[in-house]
Amino acid sequence: MTVLGHLSLWLAFLVGLWGGITGFVGGAQGRADLQQSARHATFALFGALVVAVISLEVGIFRHDFSLEYVAAYTSRNLPTFYLWSALYAGQKGSLLFWATVLSLFAVLAQVLTSRRHRVYLPYVAAVTCLVTTFFVSVMLFAANPFERLGFTPLDGRGMNPQLQNPGMVFHPPMLYLGYISITIPFAFAIAALLSKKLDTEWLVAVRKWTLVSWLFLGVGLLIGMWWAYVELGWGGYWAWDPVENVALLPWLVMTAFLHSVMVQEKRGMLKKWNLALVLGAWLLSIFGTFITRSGVIASVHSFTQSSVGYFFLGFLIIAGVATITLYVTRLPLLQAEATLESMVSREASFLFNNLLFIGIAFSVLWGTLFPILSEAIRGTKITVGPPFFNQVNIPLGLGLLALTGIGPLIAWRRASIPNLRRQFAVPVTTGVFVLLILLVGGMRDIGALMAVSLGGFVFATVIQEFARGARARHRQYNEPMALAVVQLVARNRRRYGGYIVHLAIVLLFVAFAGMAFKTETQATLRPGESATLKSPYGQVYTFTHLGISQYNALNREITAALVEVRRDGKLVGRLRTEKRQHVDAIGRPTFEPSTEVGIKSGVREDLYVVLGGLVNGTEQAVYRFTINPLVWWVWFGGFVLVIGGLIVLWPGGAPVPVKGSSASRVQAGYAVKLEPQP
Amino acid sequence: MTDGNRREFLLAVGAAFLSVGQTVQRSDSAGRVYDPGRAGRSMTPLTAADTDAGIQVIEKKLRCSCGCGLDIYTCRTTDFNCTYSPALHKEVLRLAGQGKTAQQIIDEFVGQYGQAVLMAPPKRGFNLAGYFVPSLAIIVAAVVLVRVLRRWTREAPAPAPANAPPAASAAELERLQRELDRLPG
Repeated sequence: MTVLGHLSLWLAFLVGLWGGITGFVGGAQGRADLQQSARHATFALFGALVVAVISLEVGIFRHDFSLEYVAAYTSRNLPTFYLWSALYAGQKGSLLFWATVLSLFAVLAQVLTSRRHRVYLPYVAAVTCLVTTFFVSVMLFAANPFERLGFTPLDGRGMNPQLQNPGMVFHPPMLYLGYISITIPFAFAIAALLSKKLDTEWLVAVRKWTLVSWLFLGVGLLIGMWWAYVELGWGGYWAWDPVENVALLPWLVMTAFLHSVMVQEKRGMLKKWNLALVLGAWLLSIFGTFITRSGVIASVHSFTQSSVGYFFLGFLIIAGVATITLYVTRLPLLQAEATLESMVSREASFLFNNLLFIGIAFSVLWGTLFPILSEAIRGTKITVGPPFFNQVNIPLGLGLLALTGIGPLIAWRRASIPNLRRQFAVPVTTGVFVLLILLVGGMRDIGALMAVSLGGFVFATVIQEFARGARARHRQYNEPMALAVVQLVARNRRRYGGYIVHLAIVLLFVAFAGMAFKTETQATLRPGESATLKSPYGQVYTFTHLGISQYNALNREITAALVEVRRDGKLVGRLRTEKRQHVDAIGRPTFEPSTEVGIKSGVREDLYVVLGGLVNGTEQAVYRFTINPLVWWVWFGGFVLVIGGLIVLWPGGAPVPVKGSSASRVQAGYAVKLEPQP
Repeated sequence: MTDGNRREFLLAVGAAFLSVGQTVQRSDSAGRVYDPGRAGRSMTPLTAADTDAGIQVIEKKLRCSCGCGLDIYTCRTTDFNCTYSPALHKEVLRLAGQGKTAQQIIDEFVGQYGQAVLMAPPKRGFNLAGYFVPSLAIIVAAVVLVRVLRRWTREAPAPAPANAPPAASAAELERLQRELDRLPG
């Protein structure tokens, strides 16, 4: 199987090159035979890579430790669940996974693209084949997952304990799916540039693909946050680590695109900008891959430092130069079809929204790269940690939250003063009301005050939009209000799905603000002894150490501490926190002991208990107890975000308006049918 | 079966029941656990200084040098295998014991380990670029954006002359407004 896998990689490499060449030549010369060949090459590429994946999986499941990758990331006693995820637990396997998923997306792009966008497909095949070929070449020349050891160990090293968590099974694939699928909108953008068909058509072809990437990347980030929270034990979910940061960059840029694309669809404006966003999102995804895989910036999440970094750097430079050159040469073809009529308009608010999204992306990128810059210019090593990022990004994030509410309230083209007054009255009153309640309630943290009161403002905006729409349907079709809301969403999924995403953003911001009120304590406790901690809501939690037990489970030896929790004297439950010593099949320790956190999650707060260790091998234990307010809302907000995203993505609903058609005028709100009065 | 054996057997059964089928060894009556080696590094009881809020504030500004990217306090209360953060914590306690202020302790660390020991660079010299370039870039971009938008609005087709006859009667316009209000958004 190893030989088969290796051969499959070579086959994929050659087929990918062929697909790239035939796609570009076939597209440029309009040769149907070459175009067809490029299309077939994407299928063959996918097939070859699937064979390679199967070969590696067979090696993993057969415990073929003569394979360096299998020996490095698995062991005989690794649970089956994690044998699957071993495919992407290490650098080499994850490259194979990446290339295979990209080839799958390439096939889907060929198969799912509608007939009217077929003109782009040869170029799309070429771009996807070449990008996949790059990943295959990295495997063949720098990180081959089928590399053999000179001997066969009795057992493998096993998987890093921190990766043996359900979150880690789903987080990397989701994040990869997000990263990888950005290549499809990028390929369509390149196809539009090369074919010079730069009207709004290509946007229609890529909007849903971008949404798919955005959703996968968002889910990947959220699962990653959840994993960090439950597994790493430091008590938070976002540490502004370089690898986290670079995953956020394309997501921010795609979010900007998903807003500004509406301006191009409705008004034929921002063509250059939208194209730049799609190209930029892909380049940032490759940049993120370079940072993650090169080890150029120290991160707990990155793969070990290896020569693949040079490959990615080279690819980034070549792809960047080629992309920017092509873009610049086509700028004259990207003229706007309309002009802005007023500074107070939905179009202008989208532009400011884009400014903030790109501003935040830039500040995150700047902070991530600043240590390298400092060392290169001054020779001084510095650390840019959470205090820096919070200081720079919190004000920008709050500005963005405000625009989340302001944007939908402003009419397209030109908003009149009475219109603004009517639109803003309820949301602004709600925001101010929330602010006053918080002030009276004693909240003094400015960031949290702003986040929650702006959250109130945006929440009221969304509710107002739903209420007005539902009322209109209720009046027009005599539908009950509940049905009217459902129909409203079903008939205009993009718009109201988007509002649901806005609600999710409110939930996330309020949840983030909750962490400003985190409280914690440490204690050394004998069995029966207790520690107390006051929650931000004024309740007193009592944590009583019940005792320690040790037992074996699957591939680990566990030391578990049990803690009884009472809130104001009332029993809340028991929490268990563990030390795990992972062992291989013959009982040898494989990694240093890891810590498993005990968490009791609730809508108000999470109780987070960490076993530090035992005192001199006795049941006397050192603990850290933390109360994290509102963390549950981060996960719920993520869930709402996914629901909103899926509604937007779901096929059907209102057709995408073609600029200038009556449909677009109705959507833009300036065509109204006057019916005779009875 | 002797009494001792029976007791051991019953204890083992009870423990197995509690652990739902897993092999369990409860700690012995002396309070020692069955196998301390599997519980990670042995700890010493926390002192008042270990949990002191002032010490925590200082340690949250200083980075652990183990490569975890966390501050000293978070690392020593999270990664219990780390040998750096407990040593750095002791260093902070030693300096605090000498009567040094928080700033003096931080300065001492910077002197010893360089600026990289700070979780965020000090706001002076070249580091100011780190803090202010993003904000400045956004402000400049906003100014440019406003100018571009103004130019665009000037280039927009002129609105219909004010003295043009109204296309609809007042009643019709009012109805139009009502219809517009009914439209979502």
